[in-house]
Amino acid sequence: MPLQLLKEKNRAAVQKVTLGATKEEGGTRTHTITIGGDAALPFHHFEGEIPHRPVVAMEVQDIEPDWPDALKKCFVDVMKEPGRWAEKCVKEYGADLIYLKLDGADPEGANRSVEDCVAAVKEVLQAVGVPLIVVGCGDAEKDKEVLEAVAEAAAGENLLLGNAEQDNYKSLTAACLVHKHNIIARSPLDINICKQLNILITEMNMPPNRIVIDPSIGSLGYGIEYAYSIMERTRLGALQGDKMLSMPVLCTVGYEAWRTKEAVAPVSDFPGWGDTEERGILWEAVTATALLQAGAHLLLMRHPKAVALVKENIEKLMVSNAY
Amino acid sequence: MALTGLEIYKQLPKKNCGECGTPTCLAFAMNLAAGKASLDACPYVSPEAREALESAAAPPIAKVILGTGDKAVEMGDETELFRHDKRFNHEPAIALRVSDALSKDEVLSRVQSINDLSFDRVGQHYTVQAIAVTHDAQEPEAFVQTVELVAANTDLNLVLMAEDPAVLTPVVPKVAARKPLLYAANVNNYEAMVSLAKEHGCPLAVKASGLEELAGLVEKITGLGYKQLVLDPGARSLSRAVADFTQIRRLAIKKRFRPFGYPIMALTTSTDPLAEVLEAVNYIAKYASLIVLNTIAKAHLLPLLSWRQNLYTDPQVPIRVEEKIYEVGEVNENSPVYITTNFSLTYYSVEGEVESSRIPSYIIPVDTNGLSVLTAYADGKFDAEKIASVIKKLGIENKVKHRTLVIPGLVAVLKGKLEDLTGWKVLVGPREASGIPSFARNNFA
Repeated sequence: MPLQLLKEKNRAAVQKVTLGATKEEGGTRTHTITIGGDAALPFHHFEGEIPHRPVVAMEVQDIEPDWPDALKKCFVDVMKEPGRWAEKCVKEYGADLIYLKLDGADPEGANRSVEDCVAAVKEVLQAVGVPLIVVGCGDAEKDKEVLEAVAEAAAGENLLLGNAEQDNYKSLTAACLVHKHNIIARSPLDINICKQLNILITEMNMPPNRIVIDPSIGSLGYGIEYAYSIMERTRLGALQGDKMLSMPVLCTVGYEAWRTKEAVAPVSDFPGWGDTEERGILWEAVTATALLQAGAHLLLMRHPKAVALVKENIEKLMVSNAY
Repeated sequence: MALTGLEIYKQLPKKNCGECGTPTCLAFAMNLAAGKASLDACPYVSPEAREALESAAAPPIAKVILGTGDKAVEMGDETELFRHDKRFNHEPAIALRVSDALSKDEVLSRVQSINDLSFDRVGQHYTVQAIAVTHDAQEPEAFVQTVELVAANTDLNLVLMAEDPAVLTPVVPKVAARKPLLYAANVNNYEAMVSLAKEHGCPLAVKASGLEELAGLVEKITGLGYKQLVLDPGARSLSRAVADFTQIRRLAIKKRFRPFGYPIMALTTSTDPLAEVLEAVNYIAKYASLIVLNTIAKAHLLPLLSWRQNLYTDPQVPIRVEEKIYEVGEVNENSPVYITTNFSLTYYSVEGEVESSRIPSYIIPVDTNGLSVLTAYADGKFDAEKIASVIKKLGIENKVKHRTLVIPGLVAVLKGKLEDLTGWKVLVGPREASGIPSFARNNFA
């Protein structure tokens, strides 16, 4: 009796979202990047098309961040200049996109002006040709001003802007609609809120194929399994035809991984844990790899070596395994 | 998939004799399906029907045991494809390779390093489970010597990897009492391998090239009467392995396809050790019960074993820590006191940040049934009365001279009432644990 393989027939696929715009399309990017479109569970090429590989965006900030030494030393010459920093990520470290975090806007921190933030975005847009993701500092009031200004100044670039949250999505959605950008819908590790937020944003006439889900992951060792299960359920929902769970998913891997003790603690504090540098790189790379198996489309990462390892892993997983 | 009452009924004698204690065969079948009756109660069931019904009642994936005693590892016995449906049962065993092409000193030093691999983090203890001795040398004697040397120097379980039965035969009797996994039966050698495994009662790996060949080979082996099996479909590229392992698990669980109802083993092929760790991360996610690895560096294994532990936690039961007074650093009567909840992720995030503040402190996780701060607050399990009664009960007032508590910023609203109830001063801490170091510097340095 020949073996009967079990292939699931999925009713629907994940939405495709295209980021960036070339000159012809009204922007200045050298190329666009499309994520999503998966018609199967992650890397199940044998039962549905996986048209686009997951991509890695490297994080750049508008002010020099207080990062651990293991990270700083990779960017030491460029960390004060977001443009050069972004350029190094793309040219030297192979970043698919740039993720610009405007932490400098924080009123509790550097409290940089809206103009300064817009200038940082422009600097990065000039320095690199890849599509850009821009996220505010987390202070709702300030982000409203900053992101509206960024959306306007970068009109036509088809950015991915964030973060929209359940109690604060209207102004960003409106700005993205007016200036034709994509939006990050961030929910606090809760699939119901995730879906609800997508409904709210689409009710403002934002097409679903311009939304990217941020499920608020936990890193390896700190709740990654919750994110893993929510992402698996999100993908299963999308494949069963739930349009409001069908957006591609991004994961804030670098931020979560590098704030753990395991990624940075010196060997002198934890002799049983082995070499700090490789431990930190792997803490980030393992977080990313595990979440790829749950359905991540866009990984926001920091360490160049972790990025290289994860991209290599993605290449291997994108080889067809059709029977 | 368990059988339905009607499917069982078709196999019964349909005499309605009532001797089982149930008036009709249909009613008896319904009871069987619900697990409320045993087939033994029926005096007339045919042997064929009994076999069919018993195999349908067997778990979809067999439990196979590597080793004996305290260190024995259970593999398989899984019932789910997704952990959100129900927890995965048995964490995959990690086996580390030791080649017989190494010198005696190299083997000894590698085995010693492997023996030392154990990790403590966030109250959990992680270990590796086995050493896989691989036959890479030209001479078969090298394998015997290496296995004996490894066995004499470790308590870990053994995986014996030499596909030639002639190489395995002399060595198996020497370590058979430790129930090593024999690797591997293939289409050419399976008869000899099965008789070796049977004779010594050792689990046997079955290696094929592809799923079709694997299914046929397993049927031949079970036909010879041996069922302590571990499956290696022979995939040596990551993408193929993910697909093959998924098919094996799906067919075993959703179709009760018997030849695939055994634990799966994965062998890494990446030469770079960091890439190897990532390869193994995929195998942990996608259903491997045993993973054979090269790297033995602590910095490589800690992340991998953490991932294994995370994935295999019970999604329905939050992990908790005990409600008591925890001491971080060399505390004294002036040390700050932090209040949080007993959800382990919450507690360990706070503990990690308090530790990095480098100011010795007490932490009191209030028992909230393992809920995080906001969830527990919303659920009425983390209010001023509760916190006041816990600090009273634990007697923190006898450990510190000051009368100041730090509560999480997310429940700042509790400050007034808690001050009234306890007479202590209440400081509102940061909303996120990551804010603790600067908070501590500003308030306690």
